[in-house]
Amino acid sequence: MPDPSFVFAQSVSGLTAAMFLFLIASGLSLIFGVLRVLNFAHGTFYMLGAYCAYQFMVWLRPGPGKFWLAALAAGLVIAALGGLVERLLFRHLYGKEELYQLLFTYALVLVLSDAAKMIWGTQQKSVTRPPELTGAFTVFGATIPDYNLLILLLGPAIALAVWYVLQRTRVGRFIRAAALDRETLGALGVNVNALYTWVFVMASFLGGLGGALISPMRATVPGMDTEVIVEAFVVVVIGGLGSFWGTFLGALIYGQVLSFGILLFPRFSIFAVFALMAAVLIVRPWGLLGRPLK
Amino acid sequence: MINRLARLPWGALVLVAAFLVPAAGSRFYTFLANDVAIWALFATSLNLLVGYTGLVSFGHAAYFGIGAYTTGLLMKKLAAPFVLAFPAAGVVAGALALVFGFFCVRLTRIYFAMLTLAFAQIVWAICFKWNELTGGEQGMPEIPYPDFAWLDRLASVPLVGGWRTAEYFYFLTLILVALCLWALRRIAGSPFGRMLTTIRENAERAEFIGVNVRRYELAAFVLAAAFAGLAGGLFGIFNRGVFPDFAYWTKSSEVLIMTLLGGMGTFYGPAVGALALILLNQQITSYTEYWPFVLGTILIVLLFVFPGGLAGAAALIGRRLGRPRRA
Repeated sequence: MPDPSFVFAQSVSGLTAAMFLFLIASGLSLIFGVLRVLNFAHGTFYMLGAYCAYQFMVWLRPGPGKFWLAALAAGLVIAALGGLVERLLFRHLYGKEELYQLLFTYALVLVLSDAAKMIWGTQQKSVTRPPELTGAFTVFGATIPDYNLLILLLGPAIALAVWYVLQRTRVGRFIRAAALDRETLGALGVNVNALYTWVFVMASFLGGLGGALISPMRATVPGMDTEVIVEAFVVVVIGGLGSFWGTFLGALIYGQVLSFGILLFPRFSIFAVFALMAAVLIVRPWGLLGRPLK
Repeated sequence: MINRLARLPWGALVLVAAFLVPAAGSRFYTFLANDVAIWALFATSLNLLVGYTGLVSFGHAAYFGIGAYTTGLLMKKLAAPFVLAFPAAGVVAGALALVFGFFCVRLTRIYFAMLTLAFAQIVWAICFKWNELTGGEQGMPEIPYPDFAWLDRLASVPLVGGWRTAEYFYFLTLILVALCLWALRRIAGSPFGRMLTTIRENAERAEFIGVNVRRYELAAFVLAAAFAGLAGGLFGIFNRGVFPDFAYWTKSSEVLIMTLLGGMGTFYGPAVGALALILLNQQITSYTEYWPFVLGTILIVLLFVFPGGLAGAAALIGRRLGRPRRA
């Protein structure tokens, strides 16, 4: 039996990873739930969010509170980019075959991640932790950096905020209605096209913010987008494509499987994650908390 | 004019032209042509699934990778002869596809794509981490060429003898790819192949007339994977090494792009797509390192302007040109 404080530290690190995965996967799930499109480019939005945070930090110079400003600005830039992409290109692919939509989002991955390479080069970029959160403290003998603790609080807070928007606001009701029946909603006089753009903007904001928030913890490098998007796919598939709390659950499961998988079978933890994804798809294709598609 | 052009035996002509590449061109062109031939087989195998049966697989690279590892391991670690190691790639990839496909064909549309992706990532993770068998992240370099020593007796015969090993391997690739394409063509044109198209057009209706849709889909899945495995077996030798990224999901999307670029509705479209993409890559990378940017842009234009791919565009132009004659 391993040391309990070690187990605790491991599960906290899994939880932290889960919060980031939730931030990125929730946008992916939102787009799938409403627009019925799997957006490969969502991982690239996440990477661009990290690069933007780095860039804003270069411009703003480090100082108290600056990081939060940079993270928010990065999220907004990515949200605007997402809105633009939806308006100009994506819109024309609704209702086409899945293959065309998937390949279009993959083409976006190629274009955007190469553009990032042109702008920021291939060297890894890192952002220093915000000065007010450089410390760490000890719980049950495990050391947790302040920044990770903040992420642990921020993740559920953002989840609640998104849930509130979806469940309790007028726009949220429209979005849920659009996910169920777009034609009827349009016939009732709602501008569905504009609604779709807003969904895309919101999802891109979440992805960009996730990237910005992870930039002080992990170096930003080219190729992180294709890695993270597959992880996000695993999360949404486990939880249920299009299910909001399913995504949260999926992220929690993924985080724990990964961090304990590394302890139990150090070499096959990635394997365990994909095996879990395949198992869920075989037994319950619509995921743990999702509903079957009509 | 167009009709007469269409009646030429294009397959045979292309094969003869391909055989003349080493005699006419440099080593570099032989290298490119070899690359094209293997990818043409890989893309055509995917087309059996995507184009003919209407199943969008996002994990076809898994079987390419499995084939490459099978041939590579047999030839490098067990010193097996190529005549054994090459068919083994198809058999192992097909057997694995039988297991994976059994589950995949039970799902539809986006779930099918996700499950093929999950299985492909499992294959990738195993290749990536199983250091003892696959060499892990470092891959498996120095896969030996098949034994061509017996051809030395023909050294004095013009055009047949006296080539280097790489060129002998190129000829071997051409023969094998041509045989595989011929087999695939026969499959696509057979009653079985027609039934696949029926399933693509209307699976429900196929079910009504008493077709076991899942069994047909599974058969297509296994066949496509077996031919992808054969392509992978050749590619490992050609590449002088087998690496885990052969099975990574971005490889699956690369081959999908080729298929789409050439045109999914036609048999030879994907092969044309492979040719176009590899030549384009070679041209553009000599100008700029930002090939993915160019590829992405081309793909976006293609999706919006020519959803039928190059073959679709050519057919469109052909119809336009052909129309005045009939009028």
